[in-house]
Amino acid sequence: MGQVDTPPSARKADRRNLDWFIDKAVQVLVFIAGISAIIFIIGIFVFITKEGVGFIFKSNYALSEPVFGLLEKQKMPEDQLDALTDLAGKKFATAEDLLKAVEGVIGVEGAAKYKDILITKSLDQPFNLKTFFTSPKWAPTSEVKPTYGALALMVGTASVTGLAMLIAIPFSLGAAIYIGEFATGRTREFLKILVELLAAIPSVVWGFIGLSIMNPLIIKLFNVPIGLNVLNAGVILGLMAAPIMTTIAEDALKAVPDRYREAAEAMGATRWQVILKVVLPAAKSGLVAAILLGVGRGFGETMAVLMATGHSINLPTSIFDSVRAMTATIAAELGEAAVGSDHYQALFTLGIFLFLVTFLINLTADLVLRGIRKE
Amino acid sequence: MVSLPHSVNPVKLAVDDVAVSYSGKTVLKGVTFDIHEHEIFGIIGPANSGKTSFLKTLNRMDIFNPAMSFTGRISFSGQDIRTWRNVYSLRSRIGVVFPLPVGLPLTVYENVAFAPRLAGVSRKEDLDIIVERCLARAALWDEVKDRLETLGSLLSGGQQQRLTIARALSQDPELLMLDEFSIAVDPVTTMRIEDVLKDLKKEITIVLVTNLVQQARRLADRMALFLDGEVVEVGVTEEMFAGHVKDQRTKDYLDGRFG
Repeated sequence: MGQVDTPPSARKADRRNLDWFIDKAVQVLVFIAGISAIIFIIGIFVFITKEGVGFIFKSNYALSEPVFGLLEKQKMPEDQLDALTDLAGKKFATAEDLLKAVEGVIGVEGAAKYKDILITKSLDQPFNLKTFFTSPKWAPTSEVKPTYGALALMVGTASVTGLAMLIAIPFSLGAAIYIGEFATGRTREFLKILVELLAAIPSVVWGFIGLSIMNPLIIKLFNVPIGLNVLNAGVILGLMAAPIMTTIAEDALKAVPDRYREAAEAMGATRWQVILKVVLPAAKSGLVAAILLGVGRGFGETMAVLMATGHSINLPTSIFDSVRAMTATIAAELGEAAVGSDHYQALFTLGIFLFLVTFLINLTADLVLRGIRKE
Repeated sequence: MVSLPHSVNPVKLAVDDVAVSYSGKTVLKGVTFDIHEHEIFGIIGPANSGKTSFLKTLNRMDIFNPAMSFTGRISFSGQDIRTWRNVYSLRSRIGVVFPLPVGLPLTVYENVAFAPRLAGVSRKEDLDIIVERCLARAALWDEVKDRLETLGSLLSGGQQQRLTIARALSQDPELLMLDEFSIAVDPVTTMRIEDVLKDLKKEITIVLVTNLVQQARRLADRMALFLDGEVVEVGVTEEMFAGHVKDQRTKDYLDGRFG
């Protein structure tokens, strides 16, 4: 058989029409949109990392107080010490630069005598990982010695988020179960719209409520000197996170097929038994997602916690202590920190830490869910 | 005329002028018949003739569907089902098998142990016995005895249907309702389940909804034909198939000359 000629009728039918071109164009557009989103996310990650990670390993050489102490011990003459105080706090990229500056002040001979101390003891790292995690002292603008201890900020964020979840998880699960399983008809629709409206309240409004309503209320109710504290922010954040958690949890419950409920009900299970033994286990992954979304919201929320926590650096010993959150610190300080300064970079380091924590939460959730699915 | 054992047995379910409606639209009306203990009562009829709605009424599934309501009187073991104050205990006495298998998202074991647990059985040994007995009766034990811990929803369609039957039996029901149970089951398994049902009727009462006329012929002692929301005829199966029918529509339906 030779080559079969395409009949003209077929050739006529095989035309690229408008639908074909629209399809191609849409495919390209969707591809660009999808790819750009990924590129933006990677770009943001790289930017934050670049600003923050450099700071973790940053090292300067400077004549700090300990160095002066050592020089004094090595019997450096009084007049030379006085002359060197001009250099105190100045930062040099290398030890050689520092040495040269010292030579400029007290002469080559004088400097040579203390060369060892100047080179080995003048290393000054503004950032210390141990300090970051263990010191509650966040003093980035200190004239004497800036300290970047984020422990108080971490505890602040964690305590507020923890309290918020204690409030939001039972309330949102309860609301989701009521809306999804018990409410019917108009009640259900009304509640769903209401919950979605609540989720849309801007966080600054919540902050305002914390500041102007919760604050005097807490002072009056518990007879404490200040109402801007862990309790206030926890309640505000819990109320804030509950609507969105309710919505997600309710969706998860709705995704459980009705035939499961009918089957269990037909066996004589009460409605609560149906929910507890069939619906909740079946909706487990969605519910975990809802809770984690709430935790993420708690960690990431800025404005409301800035306004309701009292914004004072403190390791809280009770829920009536004021605290300061990591996010609020970044928001409040980034505007005043000089671009590229230690302070500026330290805030980015905080940002990296926040990013890592959220990433870990999501990763754990993912692994947990995978584990459940495999069973 | 064949003398049938059912006629001497007491009435298990008395249905008197029952009508079912959804949002005011009547889908079934004028249902009146008695179902006796230890009989298989067949309900046949084409789709949308009200068979499933009738079953849903029997175990008060109308309560959770605000659109659904029924009138008339249904007595279960002599008591009007409307006056059962604890509807859950009514349901636990009536086992239901749905047309499409519903393996609860639990393990095979937990699927069958669900109802006994609700009833308060908590000792592992007791549950083990119930689970094995019910699975064996539903002709499923041999196939799943080594994987009782896999999810019920992961079994094949036919296995899931038998799991549903085992689950319905685990309630130790007085009345078992099967709604077109053989749709998702292969013919060989269907036959095995039919044998189980014949065996079961020595102990309990069975309502069998089916659109397979021959299945009703094989199993049912008596049967009712539902058509377009009405009960056309109720009679003894053998007599009806022997041609003793009052209504022409029944004859046409049984002969497969319908529509």
